[in-house]
Order: sequence, then structure tokens, then C-alpha cells
Amino acid sequence: MTLVTQHKELRDDVLDGLQLSTRLDRIWRTPSGLIGALTSVDHKVIGRRYILTAFVFLFLGGALALLMRVQLAGAEKHVLSADLYNQVFTMHGSTMMFLFAVPVMEAFAVYLVPLMVGTRNIAFPRLNAFSYWMFLFGGCFLWISFIFNVGPDVGWFAYVPLSNLQFTPSKRADVWAQMITFTEVAALAVAVEIVVTVFKLRAPGMTLDRIPIFVWSMLVTSFLVMFAMPSIMIASTSLILDRLVNTHFFDPAAGGHVLLWQHLFWFFGHPEVYIIFLPATGMASMILATFARRPVIGYPVIVLSLIATGFLSFGLWVHHMFVTGLPQLGAALFTANSMLIAVPSGLQIFCWLATLWDGRPVYRTPLLFVLGFIVVFVIGGLSGVMVASVPIDTQVHDTYFVVAHFHYVLIGGAVFPLIGAVYYWFPKISGRMLSERLGRWNFWLAFVGFNVAFFPMHFLGLMGMPRRVYTYIPDMGWDRLNLLSSCGAALFAVSFILLIANVVVSARRGALAGDNPWDASTLEWATTSPPPSYNFDRIPAVDHRDPLWSDTESIRVVAGLSAERREVLLTSLAEADPQVREASPEPSIWPLLTALATTVFFIGSIFTPWAVLWGTPPMAVALIGWFWPTGSREDEE
Amino acid sequence: MKQQIVQNVGELPTYGFGPRSGPWWGAMSFMALEGMGFAIAVGAYLYLYAVNPTWPIGASPPDLWPGSVETTLYLLSIIPNQYTNRVARRHNLRKVRVCLIIMSLIGIVLLVLRGFEFAHLNTRWDNSAYGSVVWLILSLHTTHLATDLGDTIVLTVLMFTSHAKPRRFSDVTDNVFYWNFVVLAWLPLYILLDWVPRL
Amino acid sequence: MDPHALQSADILRTFVVFLVVAAIVWIAVVVVLAAGLLRRPSPSQHALALDPPFENRAGQVVLGLGIATIIIVLALSVVSYAGQRSVFAKDPNALTLKITGHQWWWEVLYEADSPHLSFVTANEIRIPIEQPVRVQLESADVIHSFWVPSLTGKMDLITGQQNEIQFTAKTAGIYRGQCAEFCGLQHAHMAFSVIALPQDEFRRWREHENQSAGSPVDPLAKQGEDLFRARGCALCHTVRGTLAGGQLGPDLTHIGSRTTIAAGTLPLNSATLGAWLADPQHIKPGNLMPQMPLQSDELIAIHHYLEQLK
Ligand code: HEA
Ligand code: HEA
Ligand code: HEC
Ligand code: CUA
Ligand SMILES: [Cu+2]
Repeated sequence: MTLVTQHKELRDDVLDGLQLSTRLDRIWRTPSGLIGALTSVDHKVIGRRYILTAFVFLFLGGALALLMRVQLAGAEKHVLSADLYNQVFTMHGSTMMFLFAVPVMEAFAVYLVPLMVGTRNIAFPRLNAFSYWMFLFGGCFLWISFIFNVGPDVGWFAYVPLSNLQFTPSKRADVWAQMITFTEVAALAVAVEIVVTVFKLRAPGMTLDRIPIFVWSMLVTSFLVMFAMPSIMIASTSLILDRLVNTHFFDPAAGGHVLLWQHLFWFFGHPEVYIIFLPATGMASMILATFARRPVIGYPVIVLSLIATGFLSFGLWVHHMFVTGLPQLGAALFTANSMLIAVPSGLQIFCWLATLWDGRPVYRTPLLFVLGFIVVFVIGGLSGVMVASVPIDTQVHDTYFVVAHFHYVLIGGAVFPLIGAVYYWFPKISGRMLSERLGRWNFWLAFVGFNVAFFPMHFLGLMGMPRRVYTYIPDMGWDRLNLLSSCGAALFAVSFILLIANVVVSARRGALAGDNPWDASTLEWATTSPPPSYNFDRIPAVDHRDPLWSDTESIRVVAGLSAERREVLLTSLAEADPQVREASPEPSIWPLLTALATTVFFIGSIFTPWAVLWGTPPMAVALIGWFWPTGSREDEE
Repeated sequence: MKQQIVQNVGELPTYGFGPRSGPWWGAMSFMALEGMGFAIAVGAYLYLYAVNPTWPIGASPPDLWPGSVETTLYLLSIIPNQYTNRVARRHNLRKVRVCLIIMSLIGIVLLVLRGFEFAHLNTRWDNSAYGSVVWLILSLHTTHLATDLGDTIVLTVLMFTSHAKPRRFSDVTDNVFYWNFVVLAWLPLYILLDWVPRL
Repeated sequence: MDPHALQSADILRTFVVFLVVAAIVWIAVVVVLAAGLLRRPSPSQHALALDPPFENRAGQVVLGLGIATIIIVLALSVVSYAGQRSVFAKDPNALTLKITGHQWWWEVLYEADSPHLSFVTANEIRIPIEQPVRVQLESADVIHSFWVPSLTGKMDLITGQQNEIQFTAKTAGIYRGQCAEFCGLQHAHMAFSVIALPQDEFRRWREHENQSAGSPVDPLAKQGEDLFRARGCALCHTVRGTLAGGQLGPDLTHIGSRTTIAAGTLPLNSATLGAWLADPQHIKPGNLMPQMPLQSDELIAIHHYLEQLK
């Protein structure tokens, strides 16, 4: 059944050292120049781009947040008009959720997961390239629309009927719906890649209980993406059909139902927040182990918590709809279910506390951010438990209390670990260390600025300030806390400017990092910084959860992969026994062309349904081009 | 760091079938998420069904014959499909070619039948929420049908060119697998679209 | 949260329970974290030189805390459900109001058994204290949310669906309410007031409010009434007892006795009313009342007419 190669090809078992690495580099390198950049399928090149782009969107979204904070700093200010404010907060929310938070986590995964599992490239590298282009085009589409004053203005969850044609006759809601489609396609693609990478491309010997926790978290996250995003795809498609071809999904006059939208949205929307949060906890576990100088306590507990959170997260969506008049008992069940999520979250926290308790912490910037994360996230989690209670939620729903809750969990729970991750993996990605001094300033400014910005919002909410108001009247007594909050936001922004400065300066002048500057234990640190195009000259073989700690002298490897063409090693699902040497695709321009064709299709369809007809053939052609064998040897075995 | 070679994987095959192959897992993942898409669409249908006192809204149920003929054909198509699987695993190029042609033809017939089915839904997408959701579900499935058909045709062509190399047989089996998914996804949809409105 | 009704007081009680639990949990976490960081175990041993009994104990502590968390959240769920039951308790003898949300104002219908005892008003709700009030909520366009923090939590007004909320005010006073669901351009200016009155005062008000507007006596007001129709105001506004029967804007039958204008945007007085009539778009940009082309003498007449509609 299996065919052994006839031709005697050069393998990495007969080559060694420089000879091997030059050969490998020749076959794995991304060609230089513009064409090379556009055709690259290297997960590191794409991952870097992905991370950078997501951060640009963070800064854009953050700039909008600052605008809002200026407008809200006092009562009845006129910095933004009502119309502009509504666009700004919608753009802020949508940018942060769809163009920053989810993509940035996937971006880190695209870069790190193949390295952590010890392989040469991600599964489906061309799909990966396609995903990045879709993300980029979708983001640009949204922001260019905004610049031309057709930015969406119906909130990041675009409730109908407000987003129906009748109440939003402009293209604004179409732009929102189609931006969703772009980013979901991108996210789904990465999710599939990650699942297959983790299932099949793990280094030999990396059994299920030796997978690094960040990889576990991304695996669970990818499943969440796969099962949550279809819901929003159906929802946004239905919305756009209602708007463009006169269907009636959400039109009560013709049998439609407006709450259907909310169910569909939140069935996605709630898992979405764990899609953002779980990878961040994975990062925290990795950083914590390294700087506490010992493995995280409770590896199985953490992994099971991740999985449990994943399952539970599909049973909570109704807690965003407590005031829509649903049956009382049903709502109460969702209360209990929502609060139960405190259990897996709590277990993770307890494991980290225990780890720190026993560890010998080395206070470097990444650890500071993780400690800040624990302190801040618990506040957000506990306010989450409060809003999960139906009676409490009827008061604080749609107020600044909820705004405070979700910034505590999003920023405290995801952005803090993320910045920690930047400090932690920057040396690996760039080969240079970030400045520790700036890092400390960065952390303390962020920690103080963040709390000053968002803690007062709890009080504002309790004092009755609703969210999504472009202004408020002076007699409410909200001005002072708002001013305080705006000052905090400014401070927080300064911390981001420090981060940018640190990255820009250190990328050129930082101290050289070496392979493993933090003396960490996982495989990404077993290769050079930055890693070579082929990641590892020989595929590592793992016999311990912390391979670089269990054997500090040597590294176990397997040999026998081709040194003439791109090849990765497939291993079995549970035991990671070597099974197949599979070819890995060469660079290709087709993913970009496919993304362009899809973009034309998506954007065209906002303007005329006929775009579905004339937009399909180019897409089909591009796809055939993508999959058509090139005649190169790895295709032809 | 010093390297210590613990195993030589040079004798492993360069492609595998089923769970041993990467693309198989890719197809599997896509089926999972597309299956979820169908589930959500079905959920939306049932939701609208539950909140509306009359169903179907302002229309009679779809005519039974196109859906039923399709269903029969789908079920029958499993036979040649599984046969394709067998001959592909045996690397029998001649039989694979024939099978792929047959599967392409079946796909085309089904696509044509699908046209009739749309015509006999007895409602339009803009008539009512009922019409909208029926058209949505049927279109969703039609996209899958069309994609798989496209894939099958491309594979068929490939198998007649010089690219018909052994590893392509693995692609054929993945295609077989995906077709089973298209069939499997159809069965509940058939019941939903054609029989639920008659309840 | 400044409760003046049974329901808001119940909610506050639930909230306080949660707050206390949350505070304790947070403090405990931070204390353990700090203690763990301050603790200095044996210096620099190898990262993998773990002490199995310690690992075991740590695992047990973690699981124990997990179980404690389960118990706490289940207890909190019960507290929450108890609160929910009392907040949403229904009293069949409640006074019934029907409120319809419009972009960006509130239509209020006082229903009575006989039709000539029911009447419509806008943006201002008067209720008796010590009596349960049932509010039925509907929307004429998009989703809004009815929220008076001092009385009870919020409830959405959903297109194509009827929701309901009940509350019993304990103290007389004026309570500000506000739309809490984003409903478009002027969501920020979609407020209202609830005026809770002692029962007999409420009855008097109700009787008065139920009356139609009388014919104006002074000539300027008379002229205003005519202009109100001639200049198109009547296309959108109703003044009961006159020919003005428009449905698109708030009922103005007793506008002169209200406390705010334009859904709580401004306090109602002669100046603000004048400014509104002169240019509603300036005061509440984008609201659905167009700027009416009025001569200044016409404006004065209409202004005068509206002011005396008490
Ligand atoms: C990273 C994102 C993130 C995370 C992790 C969470 C976590 C949680 N969220 Fe949050 N949430 C959002 C992002 C997130 N949320 C967003 C974006 C919105 C608003 C959307 C919008 O309207 O725009 C929202 C809104 C939201 C609502 C709706 C509010 C409303 O609109 O009225 C609710 C209601 O139940 C809720 C609940 C919870 C709960 C119970 C958790 C739990 O997972 C928290 C669990 C964690 C802990 C509890 C802390 C650690 C545990 C311990 C230390 C153990 C001990 C604890 C106890 C004994 C209680 N969230
Ligand atoms: C991960 C998600 C995320 C993040 C990181 C943030 C970050 C911030 N958010 Fe955001 N927010 C949301 C997600 C997020 N938000 C969501 C989902 C909503 C709901 C939207 C809706 O209702 O539809 C929301 C709503 C929201 C509101 C409520 C608006 C309203 O209801 O009217 C406010 C108000 O203060 C606010 C403030 C802020 C602030 C001050 C920050 C700060 O932390 C930002 C700090 C970052 C920076 C300041 C960047 C640094 C800037 C520079 C370096 C400038 C230079 C760069 C350029 C000029 C390109 N946010
Ligand atoms: C096209 C419809 C329309 C016309 C014509 C119109 N109005 Fe209005 N009017 C409205 C709407 C809608 C509102 C509510 C605005 C809001 O608060 O958002 C309103 C509000 C008001 C209010 C404030 C009511 C309150 O309860 O706060 C007054 C007073 C008023 N209109 C008077 C007039 C007068 C006088 C005219 C004619 C000169 C007029 N309107 C013409 C639609 C109209
Ligand atoms: Cu009405 Cu917000
Ligand atoms: Cu949620």
C-alpha cells in the first residue's frame, strides 16, 4: 500500500551542521523581494505580520477610545457629534474585538504553535497566508469605510431592528456585516490550521500530557472558533440578506423575530470572549512557569479547566439577554451556569497561586504583567459573577458597570498577559531583548492607568450612567468620575507609547538574546532567535513535558527527513508516534489572488446581489490555481 | 546544544490515508465547522417555527418530489462513492477515473434537481421569514454540493493528466469522505424542509 | 442605586451580598498572592527538583478551593434566584400603564376599564405610591429599554413583542428614567421622569389629565391653536379636544404642566419651550421633529398656546 521512494534523496541523517542548515535554508527560505513577501507561506513571516497588523488595529481602536474619553470627560461636551460618537464607539468595539483581540491571539499561535510542537511549518501554510490577507483586507475595508463616513454606527453587536434597512438606510450596517464575514473566514482558517498542527505535527514523543499549556489553550480556542463562528456567519449573512434582497429573518411583520438575532449573536458572542481569554491564560501559564522557575502546579487541572471552560461557554449566551423578557426560570438557569464558569477560571488562578507560592520568582517584565493580570482579572471575573445574577443585571445591564466588567476581563484578562507575552517572546521573534527599565515603566503606568481609567466606571454604572451615550446632562453628578476615568485612559495610553518605543528601539539596539534568554523549558527556545526558516534542523523528539529543563546538555532529535524538499513529520494523535513524512507547500501567489477575488466578491455583494454571480468565477479560478499541482517534486510522489 | 539522534524516520511513507494524512484532518475540521453551520441554520428554522403560530407562513409546503428524488439519489450515490474509496486505496488508476466521472455526473444531476427543488419550494425568499429561512438552508447546502462537485471535476481532470501520481489517491479518498458529509448533512435537511411543514 | 421602591431595594440587597462575597474573594486572592511572593523557599535548586508530597498537597488544596468555589457559586445562585423571585413577583391588582417606545421619546397610555377614562401622555409618568404598578412595554420602531434605577431594574421594549415590568414606589418624589438600550442617534437623550405621588394626589392628577384641553380663552392662545393646525404641528401631535390628532410625536394635551421637554433633554420652561419650537434640531440633533418654518409672531402665538395647555 505504501510506496517507498525510489530515488535516493538526500536526507538530514547524512548531513550535519552547517551543511545541513544551508541546505534546509535553501528549500525553506521565503524568496526575497516583493514577490517573496507576497507569496510567503512561512508561519513565522505570516505570524509576525499578523501580530503587527493586530497591534496596529489596537492602536487605532485605542485612539478612538481616547476620543470617546475626551468627549465624555465632562457633561455636554461637543468634541464629537452624536453621529460621529456612535460610529466611534462601534468602530472601537468592532476593531478591538474582531480586528485586535481575536486575531492577535491567533497571530501568536500562528507564530508559536509550530515552534512549540517542534515542526517546520504550520499545517496548510497556504491557507494561513490566505487567512492573513483576508484579515488585512477586511480590516482595511472597515477602516476605509469609516474614513469615508460609512463606518458602522449600530454597536459592536448591531442589534436589529436598528441595523435593518429601515432604520439604517445607509451602507453602514452592510459594512459591519461584511467585515464580520472577512474576519470570521480568517479566524476559521487559522482554527483549522491550529487543530491539525496540534493533532498531527507534534514532535515525536509529545504525548497529550506533554503538550505545552499555551498549545492546549489554542487547541481549545480553535474548537471554540470552529463551533461559535458559524453562528455569527449565519447571523451576519441573514442580516445582510434582509438588507439587500428583502428577506425577513428579523422582520416581525413577516414572521421574523428580532430576538433571533440576539440569540445567534450571543451564541457566538459569549464563546468569543473566551476565545480571547483562554489563549491569554495559556500565555500566563507559560510565563509563570519560566519566571517562577518551576513547572506550573496542576497541569492536568489547568488543561481540564480549559476544556471545561470551552464546553460551558456554549451554555451562557442568554446572560446577555436577561432584560429581554425571557422566561424567569430559564434565565435563572443561565445565571447558575454563568457563575459555574468561575470554577474552571478559579482553578486556573489557584494553580498559578500555588506555583508562585512554591516558586522562586524572578521579577522580569513578563512576570509583572502576569501578576498584574491576576490582580486585575479577578476583579473583572467577580464583577462578571455579579452581572450574571438576573436581579443585579436588571440594574447594571447596559450601564458603565458592564463596561467596567468587560474592560477588566478584556484588558486585565487578555491584554495584560498579551503584553507580557510580547516581552517574553520578543527575544525569540527578533533575536533581541526589550529594555527591562522601559518595561517596568510600561507595566506600572499600565497598571495604574488602567485601574484609574476603569475602576470609576463601576461607580458610574451604579449611579445610573448608561453606556453608549454620546453625552450626559450636568445635573447627574457623573462628571468628576468621568474626568478621572479619562485621565486614567491618558495614562494608560502613555504606557502603550512606551511599549511602542521599547519595541522600536530594542528591535535595532537591544541586547542580543541568544537561543534561550529566560532559561525556559519549551521547544521554541531550543532553536535560534530568531528561528531559521526551517525552525529546527532536525525535528526534536520529546520525552518530557519540559524538555529543555529535563536535559540541559543535549537535545534528542529524529533524523531522516528530506534535505531536498519541504517535508514535515506527521505523528499519531495521542502518542505522537511518527507516521508519515508529508510534503509541505512551497510559496505561492494564489492565496493572495484568492483573497483578492474573495474581497471583490464580498464588497461587491454589498452593492449588488449580482456580485454573487460574477464574483464566483474568479474565486473558483484562483482556488483551482491554488490547488493545481505545480509539478515540483513534492507534489508528484 | 548537542543533538542526539534517537530515531530515523526515513523509511516512513510520504503520504497516508485517512487519519494518517494531514488533509484528512483538515477536511474533518471543515466538516465539523460546516456541520455546525447547518446546525445553527436548523436552529434558526426551528426557532422561527416555534414563535410563529402558523407554519409555513402564507405558503403551502414544498412539493415533495424533487427533495425525495434527490434524497434517493444521494443515498444511492453512497455506493459508487464507497467503491471509489476502495479503488483509490488500491491505487487503481483506471477504475478511479471511471468512478470519478460517475461521481461528477451524479453531482451534476443533483445540481439540476436542486434547481427544480428551488422552483418547487412554493415560496420565495422575500415572501416571509419562512421563505427566507428555507431558501437560506437550501442555498447553504447547495453551496456544499457545488463545491464538492467542483472539487470532484478538478480531481477527475487531474487524474487524466500527468499529475495522476500516487499521492492523488489520498486526495480522492478525502473527496469521497467529503461527499459522504454532503449526503449526511442533507438527510436532516430533507426532513426539516419537506416534512416539518407538513406536521 | 438609591432605592425608593420594593424592587430596587430587593436588588440592592442581592447586590450587597454579592459585593461582600466578591470583596472577600478578591482580598483573599491578593493576600495569598502577596504571601506567596514574599515567601522565600530554598534558593536555586533545579527547576524540576520537585518535592512529590508538596506537589500532592498543593493539588489537594487547589481541588479543595475548587470545591469551595462550586459551593459559593451555588449559594450565590440561590440568593440570586430568591432576589429574582421577589423582584419579578406579580400582583394582579396593579395599576396598568402601557408604554410605547419611539425614537427618541416615550408614549404613555393610562388604561382604564372604560375607554373614556383612558388617556395618553408622553415622557412623564405619574404613579401613586404604595401601589403596585404594572407597565406593559412595546416598541414602535427599534428596541428601547425602560429603566428607572430608583424604582427597579430595566426591561426592554422589543419590536413585535410585549414585555411587562412591575414596581411599587415607597416614597413620593421625582425619579429620572432613561432608555438603556442603544436605539440610534439620540439614544443619549431619551429620558423621562416618573413622579410618584401620594394616592389621593395621584387620583386628582389623573382626573385632571383625563380631561381634554379646553378652548383657549385669550385671543393669542386662540390664534396659537389655529396656527398649530395651519402650520402642520397637528400632523404629528395630538391635543385632545381639538382637531389636532397626529400620532407621530408626543401627545401635547397637557404639555404646559410637564416638567421636562424633549424626553428629559431640558427642564421645561418658557425659554426652553421657545427654543425648542424655534429649532428642535439644535437642542436634540437628529430628532424626528423637523424645524418648522414659523414667523416670529406665529412662534409667539404657538408658544403661548402650548404654555397654557396645563
Ligand atoms: C475576556 C473576556 C471576558 C471574560 C473572561 C468574561 C468573564 C465572565 N463574564 Fe463577561 N463579558 C465580556 C467579556 C468577558 N467576560 C464582554 C466583552 C461583555 C460585554 C459585551 C457587551 O455587552 O458589549 C461581557 C458581559 C457579561 C455579561 C452580560 C452583562 C450585561 O450585558 O448585562 C455577563 C452576565 O452574566 C458576564 C458574565 C461573566 C462571567 C460570569 C464571567 C466569568 O468567566 C468570570 C470567572 C472568573 C472569576 C469569577 C474570577 C476568578 C475566580 C476565583 C478567584 C474563584 C473564586 C470565585 C468565586 C467564589 C465567585 N459578562
Ligand atoms: C479588547 C478589547 C478592548 C480594549 C483593549 C479596549 C480599550 C479601551 N476602551 Fe473599550 N470597548 C470594547 C473593547 C475594548 N476596549 C468593547 C467591545 C466596547 C463596546 C462597544 C460597543 O458598545 O459597541 C468598548 C466600549 C468602550 C467604552 C464605552 C463606550 C460607550 O458605551 O459609549 C469606553 C468608554 O470609555 C471604552 C474605553 C476604552 C479605553 C479608554 C480603552 C483603552 O484601554 C485603550 C488604550 C489603548 C490605547 C490608548 C492605544 C494607544 C494609542 C496610541 C499609542 C495612539 C497613537 C496611535 C495612533 C494615532 C494610530 N471602551
Ligand atoms: C414630522 C412630525 C412633527 C411635526 C410636524 C411637529 N412635531 Fe413636535 N415633535 C415631533 C416628535 C417626533 C417629537 C419628539 C422629539 C423627541 O423628543 O425626540 C416632538 C416633540 C415636540 C414637543 C416636546 C414634547 C415633549 O413631550 O417633550 C413639542 C412641544 C412639540 N413637538 C411641538 C410641536 C409644534 C408646536 C409643532 C409645529 C410647529 C410641531 N411640534 C411639529 C414630531 C413633530
Ligand atoms: Cu431608546 Cu435608547
Ligand atoms: Cu457572556
